Amino acid sequence: MLAFTLRRAIQAIGVLIAVGIISFSMFRFAGDPVNQIVSIDTSAAEREAVRKSLGLDDPVVVQFARYFGNAAQFKFGVSYQFRQPVSNLLADRMPATLELAICATIFAMVFGILMGVYSALRRESALAKLFQAVSLIGISLPTFLIGILLIYLFSVTLGWLPSFGRGDVVRLGWWTTGLLTLSGLKALILPSITLGLFQLTLIMRLVRAEMLEVLRTDYIRFARARGLTTRAIHFGHALKNTLVPVITVAGLQFGSVIAFAIITETVFQWPGMGLLFVQAVQNVDIPIMAAYLLMVSLIFVTINLVVDLLYTIVDPRLRSTISRPA
Amino acid sequence: MSVRQSLFAAATASILAFASAPASAQTLRYANQGDLKSLDPYTLKETTTIAHHGHVYEGLVTRDKDLKIIPALAESWETPEPTRWRFHLRKGVKFHNGDPFTADDVLFSAERVRAKGSNFLTNVPPDAKFIKIDDYTVDVTLDSPNPILISQWDGWYIMDKKWCTDNNTVAPTPASATTPSFASLNANGTGAFMIESHQPGVKTVFKANPNWWRKPEHNLKEIIFTPIGSDATRVAALLSGEVDVIEPVPIQDIGRVDSSPNAQVLKGPELRTIFIGMDQTRDELLYSNVKGKNPFKDVRVREAFYKAVDVELIKTRVMRGLSTPSALMIAPQLFKLSGDFTRPKFDPDGAKKLLTEAGYPDGFEVTMDCPNDRYVNDAAICQAVVGMLARIGVKVNLLAQPKAQYFAKVLKPGGFQTSFYMLGWTPATSDSQNVLYDIMGCRDDPKSSRGEANLGGYCNKKVDELTDRILLETDTGKRDLLIKEAFEIAAKDWGYIPLHQQALAWGVSKKVKMTQRADNQVLLYWATKQD
Repeated sequence: MLAFTLRRAIQAIGVLIAVGIISFSMFRFAGDPVNQIVSIDTSAAEREAVRKSLGLDDPVVVQFARYFGNAAQFKFGVSYQFRQPVSNLLADRMPATLELAICATIFAMVFGILMGVYSALRRESALAKLFQAVSLIGISLPTFLIGILLIYLFSVTLGWLPSFGRGDVVRLGWWTTGLLTLSGLKALILPSITLGLFQLTLIMRLVRAEMLEVLRTDYIRFARARGLTTRAIHFGHALKNTLVPVITVAGLQFGSVIAFAIITETVFQWPGMGLLFVQAVQNVDIPIMAAYLLMVSLIFVTINLVVDLLYTIVDPRLRSTISRPA
Repeated sequence: MSVRQSLFAAATASILAFASAPASAQTLRYANQGDLKSLDPYTLKETTTIAHHGHVYEGLVTRDKDLKIIPALAESWETPEPTRWRFHLRKGVKFHNGDPFTADDVLFSAERVRAKGSNFLTNVPPDAKFIKIDDYTVDVTLDSPNPILISQWDGWYIMDKKWCTDNNTVAPTPASATTPSFASLNANGTGAFMIESHQPGVKTVFKANPNWWRKPEHNLKEIIFTPIGSDATRVAALLSGEVDVIEPVPIQDIGRVDSSPNAQVLKGPELRTIFIGMDQTRDELLYSNVKGKNPFKDVRVREAFYKAVDVELIKTRVMRGLSTPSALMIAPQLFKLSGDFTRPKFDPDGAKKLLTEAGYPDGFEVTMDCPNDRYVNDAAICQAVVGMLARIGVKVNLLAQPKAQYFAKVLKPGGFQTSFYMLGWTPATSDSQNVLYDIMGCRDDPKSSRGEANLGGYCNKKVDELTDRILLETDTGKRDLLIKEAFEIAAKDWGYIPLHQQALAWGVSKKVKMTQRADNQVLLYWATKQD
C-alpha cells in the first residue's frame, strides 16, 4: 500500500513537472510582456531597461532554471500588471472560485440525480422526454452562450438577478463569502447554473443509464419477489447502488469545474482565479499564468490521487492487484 | 404620440424635474472594459488609468471640458525668459490625509516622475530643473526654450512628499519589483475623490472629498468602479440598470442601447487617428513576393494604395457611421489649420494606372499586420482594406493578432518586423510636433528617439528640420504655419494613409448627465445623477 502511494505521488510530481515545462514554453508565444507594462509611446531605451530588469534577455535555459527554481519553492513573484505578489492575488480570488465551483456542483448533483431518477422510472412520460431534450441542449451549447442567454433573460428582460459580479461579500478571516448576504446569494444563481449545466446533464444521463441497468439486476427482482414496496426498492436499493459511480464521476469532474470556471467567470465578471488568469493571458502577465497553471494541475493531480486511494479502500478486489504489480 | 416622442417628452420632463430638484448625494456605478491595476499614478501611462487617477490626484495644470490647459494646483504661471517658467502654487490646498500642499511636494513629484520605474519619463523633460523660491513659488529652468513644456503636465499628478517618505514609497514601483509598493494599493492626492477601498481587478470605491478646494460640479457621494471585460455583460449591466456608466459600448450594440428606455450612448469624435503605414526603408520587403526591390520605395505605389482605400465605405460599412475620415495624421481638434487639408478622392482606376506605371500591372503580394483587440473594429477595417486592394490587383495576406503579439512584432524592440500595417496614435502632448517626431521622423540615427513609432520608416529630412524648428518656435501663428508645411510635404510623399478618427461611445443611464471629453477620459467629477 505504501509503495503504491509513493509510486502515485512520484507520478504526480512527474505530471507537475511536465505541466511546468509545457506552460513555460507557451509563455514564449504569448507575446512580449514589456508592451503591456509600458505605454505605446515609451522610448526603446526605457523598454530595454524594463526587459533587462525582468530578466527577459537572459538565455532560455537560465530563464527556465529561474522559473523552475522559484516554482519549486512556491515563489511565484510579483504580477507585472498589478505589482502585487501573485500568491496574495490568488488567495484573494480563490474563495470566489471555490464557492462558485461548489455551488455549481451541488446544483448539478441535486438536479441531475432527481431528473435522472425520474426519467429512469418514468421512461415514457412527457417530462422525462423533456429532460432528455434539455440535457442535449446542456451538452451541446457552449457555456458562454448559455451565460449570455441567462443574463438577457433574467437580468435585462426580467430584472430579477444581477448580471455581473459577486454582490456584497462578508469577510471571515482570509475567506470572503457571498453566501451570507442576499445580494451575494442572488449573484451566485446565474453563474452556478451556467457552470453546472454541463455537469448536470452528464450526471442526469449517468444516473438514468445506471438506474435502468440496476433495475434489471437479479437482486432487484428478488426484492420485488419478497414483496418490498416499490419505494423501498427504488430508493433504498436501486438508487444507492447507482450513486457509487455518480459520486466518483462528480468528484473527478470537480477539477474540471474549477478549470472551466474560466469561461463562466469571464462572462459574469466573477472575481475568481479564472478571470484573473484570462486577464493575465491578455496582458502577458507571466507570473500569474505560471502560478495558476501549476495550481490547477496540482488540484487535478490531488483529486486523482485521492480517488485512486479511495478506490483501493472501497473495493478490496483492487488491493490484491496493487500488491502484485504487473 | 409615437414611442420616440413620448420618450423624448419623458426625458425632457426628467431633465426639468432634475433641474429644480435639490442636489442630493448619489452613488454612481461605473464599469469599464479595462482594469484599474495600480493606484500609483506613475506606473502606467494609459488613458483609462490616467483618468481614474485624475479623480484622486491633481496636477499643477489640468485640461477643461474642451481640452484647454487651465490652472489646477498652480494658480498661475509666467515665463520671464524663454528658458525659465515661474509657477505660483495654490494656497490652502490639503492632501486627503490633511498634509498641506507646498513647493516641496512639487519638487518631490518632479523627482519621482523621472525616477526608474516611472512610465511618465517624457511628461517632464529631463533637462527641467525645479527650484523652490518659497513655499508657494517654484521656478523651472530649461536648457532650451520649450513652448509645450506643460502640455503633458495634466497627466503628471502631484504626490505628497511626507506621505511617500513615511510609507517608504519614494520611487515608483518598477515592473520587476519583488515586494508590493504601498502607493499601488493606497492613494493620497488632493483631488475630488478619495480611495475608500481598492481590490485590483475587482472593485474600487471612491468617496467624495469634502475638503476639495474646488466647488464640486458633481453631486456624488461615492463612485463604485468595476471592470467588466466581456462586451455583452457590460452592455447588459447598463441595460438592466446595475451600472450607470459604461465605456466603451461596442459599435454593434449602440442601436440597442439607444432604443432602450433607461440608457443612451454618448458619441463624439476621439482624438486617436487610425492610419496605415508602409515599409519604406528595407531594400526588399520582409513579407512580399517582390524580390530584390521594395515596391513601397516607389512613390507611385504608395499613392496607388492611398487612392485604392475607400474611407467612406469603411465609415458606412465597418464603423456604422461612427468615424471621421481624416486627411491628416492628427485629429482636427488638435491642429488649428487642419481645415486647409482635404483627403484625395477614392480613385481605384487611377490607382490601377499608377501601379501599372510603377511596373506592377498585375499587382503583387504583401502581408498586412493588424491588431484585433486594440482599436474599434480594427481587424474588420483591415479586412475591408484587403478587399479594396484586391480590386487593384494587390493580394494582401492579413495577419490579425492580439495586441500582445502584434506589438511585439512591429515595434522597435521587435525590429519593426512589418511590411504593411495598421496603427492608431494619439499624441501624448496633444500637439502636432509629437506626431511629426514619433511617427514621421527619420529613424536613421539609432541613438535618437526620433521615429521610434515610425514602423514603416518614412523619412524626409525637410520634415525633420521643420520638426526641430517647431519645437523651439514660441509664436503660435508661425508655429502653425511650420506644422502645416511639414504635413504638406508628408502628404506629397504619400508617406502614410490616414484613415479616420474613431468615435467615442459611452453608455450612460438617462439619470446621469456628464461631459464627454474627446481624449476618452471618463471624468466623473463632471457627472450629476438624479434619484
